Amino acid sequence: MGGIQERGGSLMFKPSALAYTYDGSFEGLLCCVFESYTWKEIPLAVHSEGEEQGLLLESKWIETDKHKAERVLKSIPLRISPEAEELVRLGFWSNTPEKELLLLNFLYLGFKHGRKVMNMLADDTVHALQKAVQQLRREGHLYLGFVRFSVYGPVMAAVIEPQGYILPVIQEHFCDRFQGESFMIYDQTHEVALIHEPGREAIIPLSGWTPPEPDEAEEAYRRLWTGFYHAIGIKERRNERLRSSLMPKRYWKHMVEMNGSNGVPALAAAQRKKALQQEPPESIGSLRASLRQTNTHT
Amino acid sequence: MEKLEILTASAKYDVACTSSGSDRKGQAGSLGSTAAMGICHSFAADGRCISLLKVLMTNACVYDCAYCVNRKSNPVRRAAFTPEEIADLTMQFYRRNYIEGLFLSSGIMRNPDYTTEQLISALELLRNVYHFNGYIHVKAIPGADDVLLSRLGLLADRMSVNIELPSQESLGILAPDKSKISILKPMGLIKDKIKENSSDIVKYNHAPRFAPAGQSTQMIIGASPDTDYQILNLTEGLYRKYSLKRVFYSAYTPVIEDSLLPSLDTKPPLLREHRLYQADWLLRFYGFQANELLDEAVPNFNPLLDPKCSWAVNHREQFPVEINRAPYEMLLRVPGIGVRSAQRIVKARRAATLDFHALKKLGVVLKRAQFFITCKGKPLEGLKVSEHTLLRSLMSGQQLAPYQPAQVEQLTLFDDHYAAALPAAGGWAEFKKGAEA
Ligand code: SF4
Repeated sequence: MGGIQERGGSLMFKPSALAYTYDGSFEGLLCCVFESYTWKEIPLAVHSEGEEQGLLLESKWIETDKHKAERVLKSIPLRISPEAEELVRLGFWSNTPEKELLLLNFLYLGFKHGRKVMNMLADDTVHALQKAVQQLRREGHLYLGFVRFSVYGPVMAAVIEPQGYILPVIQEHFCDRFQGESFMIYDQTHEVALIHEPGREAIIPLSGWTPPEPDEAEEAYRRLWTGFYHAIGIKERRNERLRSSLMPKRYWKHMVEMNGSNGVPALAAAQRKKALQQEPPESIGSLRASLRQTNTHT
Repeated sequence: MEKLEILTASAKYDVACTSSGSDRKGQAGSLGSTAAMGICHSFAADGRCISLLKVLMTNACVYDCAYCVNRKSNPVRRAAFTPEEIADLTMQFYRRNYIEGLFLSSGIMRNPDYTTEQLISALELLRNVYHFNGYIHVKAIPGADDVLLSRLGLLADRMSVNIELPSQESLGILAPDKSKISILKPMGLIKDKIKENSSDIVKYNHAPRFAPAGQSTQMIIGASPDTDYQILNLTEGLYRKYSLKRVFYSAYTPVIEDSLLPSLDTKPPLLREHRLYQADWLLRFYGFQANELLDEAVPNFNPLLDPKCSWAVNHREQFPVEINRAPYEMLLRVPGIGVRSAQRIVKARRAATLDFHALKKLGVVLKRAQFFITCKGKPLEGLKVSEHTLLRSLMSGQQLAPYQPAQVEQLTLFDDHYAAALPAAGGWAEFKKGAEA
């Protein structure tokens, strides 16, 4: 299949023994595209800052420049299609390996073929990107169900550990469903949180947050839910394999009915206890404070 | 706590767990929304999706249906929820994102009307006092007054009446308090109300909607001697005549000793249930008709082959189809091509002529599709088609494995033993006859 070489050839681009390094932001990546088109060169690798990188390639630092980024972004719906812009954004949030290079290649293709690229589902690059985005969407969809809130007085909070950067994917759903509530969903993997209060919402950086200890009412509803969970399964149909294929074990840690905090499937019970002892839980007040703080970001 | 467990355990055989079909945005001042695609919030140890708080109002029933745990004559512990308790549990679970909504059913307390009034109270609390805007599926109680059922339907997203048993005959034997009429009458009423109401909606934008996610039903499989053909025909009729949204099938799990029922150590026929769901899918999304899949002569599904493969093997004259030209409807009939891959093929072939390599990337299961397709007029290179290799490749063990927990249903389907028993070329029809006998 025609790789970069052939595509580059027709654009008179040349692959160069170069790696780009950028700050890891979406704008930064768009600037890599800008750079590549300015010098008609195709990097062999694109790394984000701080990422482990091979020592063999000469590396070029790409400065993030809002104006350049905007020029590239605007050209995507114009020269390719609005769906392509969405695909690029979602692709950037996926956790597929070497996503930067994949997105770069997709854009070379797109700028060459225009709107048609969206139908080229059998092309390796387009296929890989579609697959990455599909996986991100699938994880996002699973989290619509798997997020578990705890209620702390007037606020609710949940912790998740997704593989992809899914908060923007699930944002609309939760903010719409819980319009009247103040809540936070903390993404521990990417150290960001979706924060919502009636009328405002934002995704903000946040690191090392631990949920407070549940109060009695919260404990009671967790027990009720866990009891319901166990009562609903039909013993004669027990099927661990089917369950784990539909609800992979990596999600269990933060799900009340699965994580053993009430003496059931003790997957993470031990770890959980330790974590609670080492770090004194933050109080409800500080959560509320953190919710309040973030309002300035919206 | 105990109450919740009793009333959950009594409701667990009901399969209507899906919350799909209603799409309603959240509203200021109320809690909740519904999502049309359905959201699973957890999966039980049996692998079934949990999306709704599925409980009975009470398991103390005055009826005596033979297949039911809650029958009057079964000595189990009894409990009942008040409407307040139901509403509180729903709200608290919903806020924590444990559930997508409520599935509320009930044994018959005193009589059908009284039971329906209790259900109405619980739903009125949720909708009018707590302003709950999430999904509610409620069971219509056969024999209840039309006026009450109409009120109930205005509070719910979906309503269902369980058919339970596929024929009047079996019903008469196993559920003497119910009749075909008492089930079909509310079903007809619900259908009419939905229809009447959808024309109202056009007139007044704010007319309250009657069961906007439609109605569904459930049948128990394997408690009575009814065949797959009877079941599938009934299903087709229900989709057509009563505009049902879904028909669910529940493999009968023996819960009580009864001379009329399969004995207590009978395993639930999970594979049969799975085949019926596959066939149901073919009716709803693939344009098949019940009598294309089964007939009087072959009234049950083959355990070795899924219904679509079975159909294709019996209609070899319609194949192979050319991937780059075949209409979408025909692509859908090829084993190994699903709705999604068919859509992708139609899209991708506008950009380029497709070869076998491309099909793989589009999600086609070549292992099964290879026997039924050509690309640019040519079959897959090196493909050997003997009846034997064909059938072996179509019996996909991996695809089936999750539905076939080892302890529950010991099917040695994929043993060489079975493969050896398969017919030689041309013997497929004979083999089917053998399987029937
Ligand atoms: S009416 Fe319903 S709850 Fe009562 S015995 Fe029959 S099936 Fe069971």
